[in-house]
Amino acid sequence: MTMPLLTPADIDAIRLSAQVALTATLLSLPFGFAVAWLLSFGSFRGKALVEVVVNLPLTLPPVVIGYLLLLLTGRNGPVGMLLEQFGIRLIFTWQAAAVASAVVGFPLLVRSIRIAMDAIDPHLLLASRSLGAGRLDCAATVILPLSARGLLAGSALMFGRSLGEFGATIIIAGNIPGTTQTMPLAIYDYVASPGGEGAALYLCLVAIAMSLAVLFLHEWLAGRVAGRR
Amino acid sequence: MELCVQVKKTFPSGFRLAASFMVNGPRLGIFGESGGGKSTLIALLSGLEQPDEGEITLNGTTLFSSSRGINLPPDRRRVGMVFQHACLFPHLSVQGNLLYGWRRCRPEDRCVDPREAAAILKIDHLLTRSVDGLSGGERQRVALGRALLASPRLLLMDEPLSALDDTLRFQIIPYLRGACETFGIPYLFISHSLVEMRLMSERVVVLESGRQTSDTDVDNLARMRMGASPVGYINLLNLTDPQVRDSLASYAWGAQRLYLSAGPNGNPAAGIFELSSKDIILFKQHPQAISARNLLACTVRGLFESGAKVGVDLECGGQSLVAEIVPSAAHELEIVAGTRLYAAVKASAFRRLSAATGLEGDMTP
Repeated sequence: MTMPLLTPADIDAIRLSAQVALTATLLSLPFGFAVAWLLSFGSFRGKALVEVVVNLPLTLPPVVIGYLLLLLTGRNGPVGMLLEQFGIRLIFTWQAAAVASAVVGFPLLVRSIRIAMDAIDPHLLLASRSLGAGRLDCAATVILPLSARGLLAGSALMFGRSLGEFGATIIIAGNIPGTTQTMPLAIYDYVASPGGEGAALYLCLVAIAMSLAVLFLHEWLAGRVAGRR
Repeated sequence: MELCVQVKKTFPSGFRLAASFMVNGPRLGIFGESGGGKSTLIALLSGLEQPDEGEITLNGTTLFSSSRGINLPPDRRRVGMVFQHACLFPHLSVQGNLLYGWRRCRPEDRCVDPREAAAILKIDHLLTRSVDGLSGGERQRVALGRALLASPRLLLMDEPLSALDDTLRFQIIPYLRGACETFGIPYLFISHSLVEMRLMSERVVVLESGRQTSDTDVDNLARMRMGASPVGYINLLNLTDPQVRDSLASYAWGAQRLYLSAGPNGNPAAGIFELSSKDIILFKQHPQAISARNLLACTVRGLFESGAKVGVDLECGGQSLVAEIVPSAAHELEIVAGTRLYAAVKASAFRRLSAATGLEGDMTP
């Protein structure tokens, strides 16, 4: 008996993972840029606090993040009730998985952008300001183009992290095949069911291949950020 | 330009800056050693940093006032900057750099035409180039053009020459000065080099360890520092009409001619030359035969004291020359204003600062 290497359900999980990761990354980019800009160039009270909060998902168990998001966006949570008024239900949808991934991967994105921003010669910013560019103008015409590679590198890293998101996703989006079952969740299901080892391995190989591709892309981009003057 | 500055600023490191001056005129210098507070003053004028207290007014516009709670952001001060390094935007072409400030300047405030500026700075052939491939001199000229095209009310030049080598430095000076004069943009030139200062400015504010120690005429500053300086007072001579004769180059200096050792390339060009006050020997009577190739008849205009030295202010054929002697020599030769003397200068004592033709040597990328 021959079995296809990947079942249609597996393909669905791979497609869904990519969709969730891409959405999470695109969703986070503008916020990531804004937060990195504030932290790199802003001076305001409570900067240290913002820094800690932004980095919190890096050390917090993803399950905790998922649970906090559930409390926030669930039927009785403040955000959940707000969305309810517009007829939107977030939890147990693939969009919820994207939000979970966005929150978990956010610190990685901000870090990458900041590395690029910190490499910008402050004189360039002063030059831009003295030539008549306001703060936002300077951010758009000098900081953004000069940190573009950092944005790309951060996006690659965040995309990769989102592909592997498990803990927060399973809590807020559940594990519904075809709807919210991403690759890691599908692998979890295979491993938990008898005789699923082979299928789990194939999906693992796909995950490894995707991660490697993303990480190589990130290394290449990060190298170019470091290499520029 | 009328600039009024009265500021105090203390840094967490303990460094204190206190400066207060009012200047009127197109070319002001801020002179001082590094760590003297020049950069701080620049930061305060540009709006990068805020003074703890004080006022900064430029042509009647208040840029900063602690008593009235005014602090114009850098983009609304219209104070341009030229830095030590050109600081060109690496993601923009030469033209993109040049027009960055011009585009952001209100049309009614624009006083510099982009094409004219590019032509004067001799960068019109570079417009489509990326800034990566430019030579040091080209980069600095593009930076100057970029700042001028924003039509600033005041241009701050923060040690704009110190990253360039000696030859290039004095080739850039005519551009810095000439372009600002052409477009009527006043500037404030910051440097720790007295020679640069004398070529670029007329009035000078001196900053030493955060304190303003004097506010004077630039030539006067050079005289005050003669006694303490290891190179003495540097006479800057503008020599023209070069001719070569017997391995010596001869140049016109006012009504007379000076003889200089010909340069290694043997092709002399007019330009500005340095001559230290230490390299001039004074004679009361005409020495019949001397090895020095230049013997100039002069009249003493006056004497000034500087440290342990006496400066002799000479008038030679309509030109000025400062020589330095020790007080006992002044006494022995009975030098007073009106005394007629002979000044001897060796042909090798002159050092070229710049070539008047300007650009050769700056063509290498």
